[in-house]
Amino acid sequence: MALGVNPGLFLNNPSSFRPEEAGYRPAILGTIQLIGGVILIIVPLGISAATYLELFADRTRWYNRIIELNIQNLAGVPSIVFGILGLAFIVRGIFDLGFVVAAGSMTVAILVLPTVILASREAIRAVPSSLLDGALALGATRLQAVRKMVLPAAAPGMLTGVILAVARAIGEAAPLLLVGAATFVTFDPNFWDGGYSALPVMIYSYAGRPQEEFHVLAAAGVLVMLVVLFFINSIAVWLRARFERTW
Amino acid sequence: MSSSIQGARSRSEKNSLRAPSPRIGEKIVISLLFLASAISVGVTIAIVISLFAPLPGFFDYVSPWEFLTGTLWAPSFLDSSFGVLPLVAGTLQVVFYALLIGVPLGLGAAIYLSEYASTRVRKTIKPILEVLEGLPTVATGLFAVFWFKPLIQELTPWLEWTSPFSIGVAGITVGIIIIPLIASVSDDAMRSVPVALREGAYALGASKMRVAVKVVLPAAISGIVASFVLGASRAIGETMVVLLVAGGGSPQLKIGFTEPAGAMTAFIASRATGEIATGTIDYYSIFAVGSLLFVMTLTMNMIAIFFVSKFREVYD
Repeated sequence: MALGVNPGLFLNNPSSFRPEEAGYRPAILGTIQLIGGVILIIVPLGISAATYLELFADRTRWYNRIIELNIQNLAGVPSIVFGILGLAFIVRGIFDLGFVVAAGSMTVAILVLPTVILASREAIRAVPSSLLDGALALGATRLQAVRKMVLPAAAPGMLTGVILAVARAIGEAAPLLLVGAATFVTFDPNFWDGGYSALPVMIYSYAGRPQEEFHVLAAAGVLVMLVVLFFINSIAVWLRARFERTW
Repeated sequence: MSSSIQGARSRSEKNSLRAPSPRIGEKIVISLLFLASAISVGVTIAIVISLFAPLPGFFDYVSPWEFLTGTLWAPSFLDSSFGVLPLVAGTLQVVFYALLIGVPLGLGAAIYLSEYASTRVRKTIKPILEVLEGLPTVATGLFAVFWFKPLIQELTPWLEWTSPFSIGVAGITVGIIIIPLIASVSDDAMRSVPVALREGAYALGASKMRVAVKVVLPAAISGIVASFVLGASRAIGETMVVLLVAGGGSPQLKIGFTEPAGAMTAFIASRATGEIATGTIDYYSIFAVGSLLFVMTLTMNMIAIFFVSKFREVYD
């Protein structure tokens, strides 16, 4: 058993008194669903917002300046405050979803959205304006030029931004504590219904238990999370190296 | 690429080169793109409403003065008390220790990266810094609890280590977390200092060290200050590390490296994990502390944005 990993770590449900049989199954499934939801929200919203701000917005207009300042500010708001927003507006309030994965997804998506927008804007800015001007000179409308010339050229950079945002979303625990990611769940999560957990929340819960064995379990969970994050970050670095073009 | 469609349209009208088709579809798409970016403003408004709307309910029970100046935070006592100062003291201690570690190390890294490092070293270190910045704080917190705290405890036997929690270790850990942030923002500021300034100093016979400390550092000072402010703001908002390392069970107004202490973020996270009933004073207290937290970080971020825009104005 040199490098043996007990599959129970991934497949078993948590147990409050038998650490040797406790696992991360509901937490891992919860995180996968959560991140799926996050991607569905941040990709269209983030890229649309970045495209507008970088290519269509007239910076002398007051409302565009407010949007820019606002995004910069949102990027600095503590993650726990987004948890409060999720609790008041998504779990209860307007959306009234209850403590479900969908609420967690929306909360974390809002949290990482500024990261996606800022990274996508940077990617668009790196595309030389001669591409856009060339297309316009050939008679393309501005939207055609943006869609056919600028966005494809900026796509790898935007993808890198999305991947980095996803990496951040995977590790976020604090806001999830407020929007109902429970620390003890023994069933598989459902996106729209019922309780759920997530990997970082589960790790936090195991770490808080008095028995030494659970601390080992928490450490194992961190290791799983870090391996996943390392993999994701490597993809981002590879993408950047593979598609980096000097214009 | 920053020229706007509005500008383009007014020009074409002047020369009567109006497009033959109104292209309503395009206008709809562009309005949708605008809406996507306007959502962020909606999010901010929603944050403000969600934080401030429950405040009247809270202040019916506790006067604002009592909340801001009270020295006892005991929401679960029978005779409950809601003085926020113990939580603020915990948060400020975290910020203090975090800056103590993060400022010298982050600034040192920035000076090395911008003035001394070769392009190859830079290209390796910058992405690593980015990855470190995104490390989940649960992982960092766990590392601090199981390895870092025992290590510090062993190295400082003259301190009184009576509690399993320590606000000092929490602060130092947060300090390690903010090093990459301070380093990368300061590095950007120092790199935007024009080469001519450095060359002028070299021409006068200054050494590399002298140029870095006496010329580049002062020229980039507003960006560097911004990085410190951003670091402090991040330290105020850090939750999981403080929760894991400093405890936060029963916050008391105590100052000391080895003391357990509650902070604003840790209180919110620990309070909201249980099933908490809407409309109770307990529930409202989350929003009151959250409002204070939001106002503090917002102020600091605005200061940072102001400083950053200042150094851009000078050299662009």
